[in-house]
Amino acid sequence: MKIEVLGSGCAKCKTLENNVREAVKELAIEVEIVKVDDFAEIAKRGVMMTPALVVDGKVLFSGKVPDIDKLKRMLI
Amino acid sequence: MDPFKAFADWLIYTVFGYEAGTHAGDALNFFVYDVIKIFFLLMAMIFLVSYIRTYITPERARKFLGDRTGIQYNLMAAMVGVVTPFCSCSSVPIFIGFVGAGVPLGVTFSFLITSPMVNEAAVAVLGGSIGWVATAVYVISGILIGTFGGYIIGKLKLEHLVEDFVYKTFIGEGMDPETMAWQERRDWAWGETMDIVKKVWPYIIIGVGVGALFHGYAPEGIMADYAGKDNLFAVPIAVGLGVPLYSNVMGLIPIAESLIGKGLPVGTALAFLMSVTALSLPELIILKKVLKPKLIMIFVAIVTIGIIITGYMFNMIL
Repeated sequence: MKIEVLGSGCAKCKTLENNVREAVKELAIEVEIVKVDDFAEIAKRGVMMTPALVVDGKVLFSGKVPDIDKLKRMLI
Repeated sequence: MDPFKAFADWLIYTVFGYEAGTHAGDALNFFVYDVIKIFFLLMAMIFLVSYIRTYITPERARKFLGDRTGIQYNLMAAMVGVVTPFCSCSSVPIFIGFVGAGVPLGVTFSFLITSPMVNEAAVAVLGGSIGWVATAVYVISGILIGTFGGYIIGKLKLEHLVEDFVYKTFIGEGMDPETMAWQERRDWAWGETMDIVKKVWPYIIIGVGVGALFHGYAPEGIMADYAGKDNLFAVPIAVGLGVPLYSNVMGLIPIAESLIGKGLPVGTALAFLMSVTALSLPELIILKKVLKPKLIMIFVAIVTIGIIITGYMFNMIL
């Protein structure tokens, strides 16, 4: 599984990245987490509101920061 | 009588025993009154708009605007700008997402100009401090400056001043429109409310504090003497001061309120607040990634002129 955290360095984007890392750790699953901060790359994924989460090429959500529990449910 | 006023009077004059009309009593009364009223309105307004916002995503706005030109689409884009969330960190993704997908440059600019200027938090604080007539003036001016500013940029045919990669970027589909249950919308709106209140409360407290001191201690009419309607430079100077000030607009509104109380014309105060929100250095720096410097300068010039005209106009009629 490949998880991309889309965001260009705003405070919320960092929170999302930390939450994702924590959720993955608690789930103990094998994933690759990539931070995407280039605007063109973000646009290519069709995202206009950051932060956003892309899992295996599919946009899961954009413009919000779910907490660790919600992320765990989404990632299972 | 206004319940917030009744509470502030009771607390300061009855419980604490300050006398009405004294410097300290007036300053404290102003502080308590403004703080409770502003926070009440702020939370109610952000919750309401965030709830509505769960229905209006940038993806839907883009589909709705399409690739049509005409001033009515500039007006619509500006109005979409009022209800969509805006922070300087999402201005560029939205810009690329709109222009790259075929929304005309001028229409996109209408959105880009109005969106930061008119937002629910500023509206709540304005309404709670300066009053609803001035707030309505502020909102309508923000929409009109966006509409005409974007229209002019569209007419100037400046597409070549946008960085090439914007047109070359293939815009992905994004996600399927979300279907949310009302509980989800409510939770999301509540989360947003807490988020924004947490971010702005220190500015508001400091702003109201400074405003309260000014209200209680500054001589009556002092602003009228120095920056009254007969001082024609007051509006452009106020706008010039507003550009470098950015994140503290919530705190600046109560200060502007106390300046108005001491004779600063409302148009001048609104022009100042508009320039704080509409033109901010961090946003301009981020926009450099997608706009050539010449277009950024044109954008700043058009918005500045629009705000100055608005300031003069409302000084004449209000």
